[in-house]
Amino acid sequence: MRIEARLLIVIGVFFAIIGVIYWYTSYEDSGTVMLAAAAILGLLPGGYYLWWSNRMRPRPSDDPEASIGEGSGTIGTFPGSSIWPFVMGMGAFFVGLSFVFGIWFVPVAAGLLVSAAIGATVESRRGGMV
Amino acid sequence: MTTLVERPDLVSPDGPRRPGEPVEIGQHPAHHEGPTGLLKWLTSTDHKVIGLSYMITSLVLFFIAGIMALVIRSQLMDPHGTLVSFQTYNELFTMHGSIMMYLFAGPFAFGGLANYVVPLQVGAPDMAFPRLNALSYWLYLSGSITMLLGFFVAGGAADFGWVAYAPLSEAVNSPGAGADLWIVALALTGFSAIFTGVNLVATIFYLRAPGMTMFRMPIFTWNMLVTAILILIAFPVLFAALLLLFCDRHFGTHIFTVQGGGVPVLWQNLFWFFGHPEVYILALPFFGIVTDVIPVFSRKPVFGYRGMVFATMTIAALSTGVWAHHMFTTGVVLLPFFSAMSYAIAVPTGIKFFNWIGTMWRGQITYRTPMLFSVGFLLCFIFGGVTGVLLASPPIDFMVHDTYFVVAHFHQVLVATAVFAGFAGFYFWYPKMFGRMLREGLGKLHFWFLFIGFWVTYTPQYVLGLWGMPRRVASYPVDAGWTTLNIVSSIGAFILGFSFLFFLINVFVSWRKPVPAGSNPWDGHGLEWFTTSPPPHHNYTHLPPIRSERPTWDYNHPEHRTLLTHKGPTGPGGGAGSPGGGAPTEPDPVGAR
Repeated sequence: MRIEARLLIVIGVFFAIIGVIYWYTSYEDSGTVMLAAAAILGLLPGGYYLWWSNRMRPRPSDDPEASIGEGSGTIGTFPGSSIWPFVMGMGAFFVGLSFVFGIWFVPVAAGLLVSAAIGATVESRRGGMV
Repeated sequence: MTTLVERPDLVSPDGPRRPGEPVEIGQHPAHHEGPTGLLKWLTSTDHKVIGLSYMITSLVLFFIAGIMALVIRSQLMDPHGTLVSFQTYNELFTMHGSIMMYLFAGPFAFGGLANYVVPLQVGAPDMAFPRLNALSYWLYLSGSITMLLGFFVAGGAADFGWVAYAPLSEAVNSPGAGADLWIVALALTGFSAIFTGVNLVATIFYLRAPGMTMFRMPIFTWNMLVTAILILIAFPVLFAALLLLFCDRHFGTHIFTVQGGGVPVLWQNLFWFFGHPEVYILALPFFGIVTDVIPVFSRKPVFGYRGMVFATMTIAALSTGVWAHHMFTTGVVLLPFFSAMSYAIAVPTGIKFFNWIGTMWRGQITYRTPMLFSVGFLLCFIFGGVTGVLLASPPIDFMVHDTYFVVAHFHQVLVATAVFAGFAGFYFWYPKMFGRMLREGLGKLHFWFLFIGFWVTYTPQYVLGLWGMPRRVASYPVDAGWTTLNIVSSIGAFILGFSFLFFLINVFVSWRKPVPAGSNPWDGHGLEWFTTSPPPHHNYTHLPPIRSERPTWDYNHPEHRTLLTHKGPTGPGGGAGSPGGGAPTEPDPVGAR
């Protein structure tokens, strides 16, 4: 976990430095804002990972001497197949088309998106045995 | 249909088994009995099915955009080409660029190959968010359909170039639904890319097998991690810019129009802050492919593993600080900053070239098709890269900006990465994906026609650019002296296009007359060669001990184990720089056997 955290923090620090240099050499707004946002993108999750990595034991995937058996246990439960991503994707498709072809696509899109959201949530609550 | 993932079943009581050994069905904890056929394609959340869907979709789009390129080149064979109207010509080069950049090169790498290969390489049963992964594919497919829909609406498809500079892309100059469809298509595919990026980062951070530390991941996985982070930095900016452009077009704002007090150059700033990282989003995965292919066919570990990782990170970091080198001629950007940053990128790229050559140095090289494509990539990319260094110099850029010199430069870069390295990866992992080999002879014919076509197409374009031929023109003066070189370039383009017939024949032959590949046809290094071809549902029934960045090699060749171990920065060993002594660092790396 430590290397992941450092990776993200280094990215954040790099953009912070570049952002400062950029601001004081160009005084240009949009680029500075984007560089600052990129710095936050690195520092926020990086700091969170660092905070966690100090409070947890190294995982087997961080241990160079780990044996495969140490990774025992359930990683997670996922539905093996699910129609809801497709339904949600089509909902997003119709939302997109409504921007071009008119507002009448929106009810279709809303129906698809709401049903996909409910369907996927119910599927998750039932757990892996879907 | 369930996918309970239980790691104990990954290790059978009698230890790991030799790759290629048949696996008893009963041993797999959750034997998969999902839907088949069309329903499988619609509902699958398996990263392998989604990866293949991505790859097939992006290859279809690649061929569509390639045909557009051939129409463009046919038009330019004659100074007064009359094959297509000027309007159609504008639509064609816009769609060619948009499809190749947004819908082929990127999704083929991070949606297709990475989706398929990264979970295998880190020893994961699937991507971290399987349903999100499926959603990204559907967003990508709907985005692709939306973009192609432009050809079927009144006014035609978008015709303002793949960069959509404002104010050309504003409602006054580009009315019609085609431009709006282009914006919506990019928004949809942009979200698909962001979701895939999130998924890749989470998979690589959380689903690595025990012993697979960060500094033991294959370079392809490393590059995909860095690419995914770049996606997260770049694509939201694109979405914001598209939203602003849409508001300008329809809701009466004046963000990019001078008349309303807006700033047209702001579009270029936003777009290229996305656009230049995008170029590296298209390049880094393919660098990773080449870095995985070359060691296997040189029968050596990769030279300078940590150097490669840090070069990748440096390229990615610098790539977000160079966006305005596309805007030198606007006159409102800081030339020294962007010029210096652009030059600096040449250093880590040079390190990569040094390490690729170092990997091949004194190796036992066999020129199988993937290796041939990788070496072709090195030769082609170096030329595109060096002309890129020229363009980083503002005085040269002022002279050749928006000429065919730039066209030749970025086509050489992108064809070298997305096509040469991309097909190296395709030929390399095809046996893993389908359990059957592609024919060597046809693959080599594909390579040589592609290689010759590449140089014949793009070398004349450099000269044309230096002679002053602008890009994005459908006709040119007869007395300019550009006709001959344009004809040569067009002939090259047809050779290049012709080479893909060999590829299609190759796939067809392997489909009709399969040659079984076995689990490890190339004597590969990464974990993906340990499982069967194609891998079972959830990828692994057994895993070898992971003690270096090439666990399958170590397992198959215990007498030639990788002596260099790559620990974390604080761990012992000190990484690739130290020879690690002559003795293996573990008492029994294949202990369970």
